Formats: sequence, C-alpha cells, structure tokens
Amino acid sequence: MLLTTDDVKKIAQLARLGIENHDLDSYTKDLSGMLDLMTRMNGLDTKNVQPMAHPLDQTQRLRADAVTEFNQRGHFQTIAPQVEEGLYLVPKVIE
Amino acid sequence: MHNKTIKELADGLRSSEFSSVELTQHFLGRIKQHQHLNAYITVTEDLALQAAQAADERITSGNATLLTGIPIAQKDIFCTLGVKTSCGSKMLDNFIAPYNATVVEKLNQAGSIMLGKLNMDEFAMGSSNENSYYGVAKNPWDTKAVPGGSSGGSAVAVAAGLAVCATGTDTGGSIRQPAAFCGITGLKPTYGRVSRYGMIAYASSLDQGGPMARSAEDAAILLQAMAGFDEKDSTSVDHPVPDYSQALNTPLAGLKIGLPTEFFGAGLSRNIATDLDNAMNEYRRLGAEIIDISMPTLTLAIPTYYVIASAECSSNLSRFDGVRFGYRCENPVDLADLYTRSRGEGFGKEVKRRILMGTYALSAGYYDAYYLKAQKIRRLISDDFKNALSKVDVIMSPVTPANAFGIGEKTADPIQMYLEDLYTIAINLAGLPAISIPAGLSADAKGSTPMPVGLQIIGNYFAEARLLNIAHCYQQVTDWHRRIPNGFE
Repeated sequence: MLLTTDDVKKIAQLARLGIENHDLDSYTKDLSGMLDLMTRMNGLDTKNVQPMAHPLDQTQRLRADAVTEFNQRGHFQTIAPQVEEGLYLVPKVIE
Repeated sequence: MHNKTIKELADGLRSSEFSSVELTQHFLGRIKQHQHLNAYITVTEDLALQAAQAADERITSGNATLLTGIPIAQKDIFCTLGVKTSCGSKMLDNFIAPYNATVVEKLNQAGSIMLGKLNMDEFAMGSSNENSYYGVAKNPWDTKAVPGGSSGGSAVAVAAGLAVCATGTDTGGSIRQPAAFCGITGLKPTYGRVSRYGMIAYASSLDQGGPMARSAEDAAILLQAMAGFDEKDSTSVDHPVPDYSQALNTPLAGLKIGLPTEFFGAGLSRNIATDLDNAMNEYRRLGAEIIDISMPTLTLAIPTYYVIASAECSSNLSRFDGVRFGYRCENPVDLADLYTRSRGEGFGKEVKRRILMGTYALSAGYYDAYYLKAQKIRRLISDDFKNALSKVDVIMSPVTPANAFGIGEKTADPIQMYLEDLYTIAINLAGLPAISIPAGLSADAKGSTPMPVGLQIIGNYFAEARLLNIAHCYQQVTDWHRRIPNGFE
C-alpha cells in the first residue's frame, strides 16, 4: 500500500478531521487505492504544458470599490451553534 | 397532469383549464403517494401553495412567463432563504439558508413554484445517491436500483412525475448520469453559464448547475430562466444568453458527429452499444454524418479529475468547522477538539475520503506531483476536445458504461464507483456543455429489468442551443423520452 495508517493520521490532523481508530485501516486502503489510480497520470509527459485553472482561461474580475453588502450579523447568527452579545462562542483558547 | 410538457401546462394555466394551486396540489399529492422513493429531503408545502396563489394572480394579470405557476424542485445544494439546505449532509441538517442562490432567485422571479428540496449524495460527492445522510433515493424503473448521483433526487422526481422539472448540478457527471439512469433529459451547461452563487461548492473549477427535465424542449425553458451572467459569482462568464427554444427545430442535415473510439471499446455494455448504434442510425436518417475520432488523453480523465476535485473539495469544505453554522459536536474540550470532532461526526465517509485525498495532494512536497500535474493534464484533455471540435460539430458517446446498478452493489469499493464516471468526467475538466438524453430501454447481459439508456451529446463552449436542437430533433422521431416507469403513469 502506498500509505500507512500513520500517514493517514497525519493527513487527518492537517485536515482537522476526526477519524475513529477502527476506521483507520479502511481509510488507508481506500486512499492508497485512490493514489494508485492517480499515479497513472505519470505516464503522460507534461513538460512545457501550462496548468489550466479555468476552462475558459478567465482571470479574476475586478469590481468598483463600492459597498455592496450590508451588516446582517443578527440574521446570520440565528443559525449559529452558540453566540453571545453578537459574538460566536468557542471553547476557551487563552487561559 | 404530471406528464404534460411545460408548454402544455402553461397553456392549461392560461386557459383556466386548471389553476396553479390545483396543479401544485396535484404534485404535492404525488410526492406523498410516492414517498418511498425518497426523492425529497424537504417538502415546502405551505410555501408552494402561497407561491401558486401568487402565480395564479400573475397569470390573470397577464405578465406571466412560461414557468409561472409550474411546480419544480431544487436540488438541496442550492441555498433557499428560510428553508433547510442540507446538501445531503448531517453537517447541514440544521442549516436554514440565510439567502437565496441566484438560480433560486431567478426561478422564483420567473414565477415557478418550488415544491421542495431534492435528495442528493452528500456535498454532491457520489454517483449513486447512496452517500446521502437521508438515505438513497430509489430509481422508479426498479426500486432496487440506484437512481445515479449526485443529483439522484432530481432525476427521480422528474422521472416519477413528482415535479415538472428540477435543477441539478454537475461536477463530474452529476446531472447526466442520473438523467441517463432514470430516463430523463439533463444538461450540464458550459462552465460559467449558470451562476454558482449560493450553490454549495464542491470543486469550484468544475461545478455547474443545469436543468433536468422530461424533454429537450422543457430543458430549454428551464435553462433560459437559469442562465446568465452574475456579478456575485466571480467565475460567471459575461456572454449573451440566446433564446434556447427558438432553434430547437433547426434541421440537422450536414451535422458532423464525432464518435471517440476511446469511449466505445471494452467496458461498454453490449446493450448500451446496441442502443447507441440505433441512435446513430436515427441521426443518419436526420441527415447527420458520423465520423470516428480519437482523443487519447481521455483515458487519464478519471485520475486527473479525482486529484483536482479532491483538492478543491478539501479547501472548500474547510469552512465547515462547527463555529458559525452547521453541526457542532457535544461538549468540545478545546478548539481543536471542536473542529476535529464536529467535522469527523458531521461528514460521511466519502466526503472524508475526498477531504483526506485533497489535503494530501495539496500538502507540502506533493503539490507539484499531484495538483499541478493534474492541471497540466487538464489542459491536454481540453486541447484534445478543442482539436476534435474543430473537425466535428458535436461529439456523441455513452453516458454510463452499464445500466443503473443495484443499491449496495458498489459501495464496498470507492474506486469501482469512480470508474462509473468514465464518460462524463472529461467534459467537466474541459468546461464544455453536454446533454444526456434517453436513447433506449434495455436489459443488460444479466437479464435485468429493462432500464433507461442515455446518449451523451457534447458541444463547443456556449453551444447549449445547438445541443438542445440536436436532442430535440431526435426526440421528435423517437419516444424514449416519453416512456414512463410502471406505476407512475
């Protein structure tokens, strides 16, 4: 297999993604399979080929520096898990 | 009433044969009656009836559009103000969207009636609808078979007459493959043609919304209302929107159709090859010329797609962190635990696989080997299409390698599931438009129930009107698109 369970643990940590220990083996197997599929790309020479990011090769548009959004904090916070006085609450970060 | 075309329904509404309220009630009744298909995640009955009443008044006042009063449904990936927008995920099971997607806004303004939100693979990742937190939607042709995905609920709703038409989104085949499996017409427009604003992002450089309907004629009407430049979507393309219905009947004499040999070799089921042969004969009778072409890079489309889509997904889905909206785990001990557990518990397995894959492909030391390499091959695939489309007007191909497979049949091996997208995925990489239309109803070698077979027609950038024309002419001389599964007449 192209990856080990330690690799997968490390990737999961980078992605801040909780993986149960009993699922590690199956993720390792699946991801190794995916990587194996992807190594097929190496069969094609891509020297001097420009990478393609947008199908129509458009670049990011600019717009006038004008205010288009208005403050909807209250509206947006009605769906937040936990808020207080207009602030999003999370577990304490600094003691 | 549920088998009429949009034009027939619009005529019926204008001549007061029935009202939009009656029409909406009829569809709401059917949704209840066929609940076991699991096509809908949310049914917005009250909102629909209110909108229908307003539509009836608008029709009376004489400023209605063809879609005014027509009951449609939205894939649950489009944000709908005040209505749950789950994207098929536990992560967004409690998410009431605070704004409308541009597509939703446009369809509301046209006066269409939203019946509800349709089932889908979680975050549009899947080819069978089995990755939905709400359970699989069932194929009305055989309820033991998958409807395809990710827009599975949309295809089921249209095929079973639970909505006149529906929206879908397509990142690697998610409109065309379920359209093929359920025997309906589905169009993936050119990248940038339909606004992505308010359409929950999976792979931003590939995602594109489009119409799913019973015919090319209906798809043209729906696309007309969906398409157009949108300042709120930075990748939207400012290109004029033609009248998609106007050219539907343009004769096909002299049309040059290219068939890529790479798409008709081993791996294609015999019944589909036969059905497509018959379709080609039909096109010859309509005056088209069929030419064999070769597009060698197509064989690399699957690995290239899964690198790009996974990378973009891992970046897009980092916004789901349990802080501002969506699922939050119980009793987090610290901030890292809050992120890790909320995401670990909120996402399903396929979404996690792709986030992990994408994180790996973008991580230090691997970016050049995977993401950059894939973007380069993407250019070569796109060049292959450009080259082919300079010799022929359109390219035709299968949509799927085989008939709709059984529920549970391919869930054990994700790679097997990825290979299902063989014929659709390259089109997203190139950003081209493509339509899937019903072109047969046949049993496979195992002697399955006869299932719908799709034909894919791929065109040049912004050639949606031409694709709809080519599909419509075929639908004038065949009746595959009018077939209705047993029990849904």
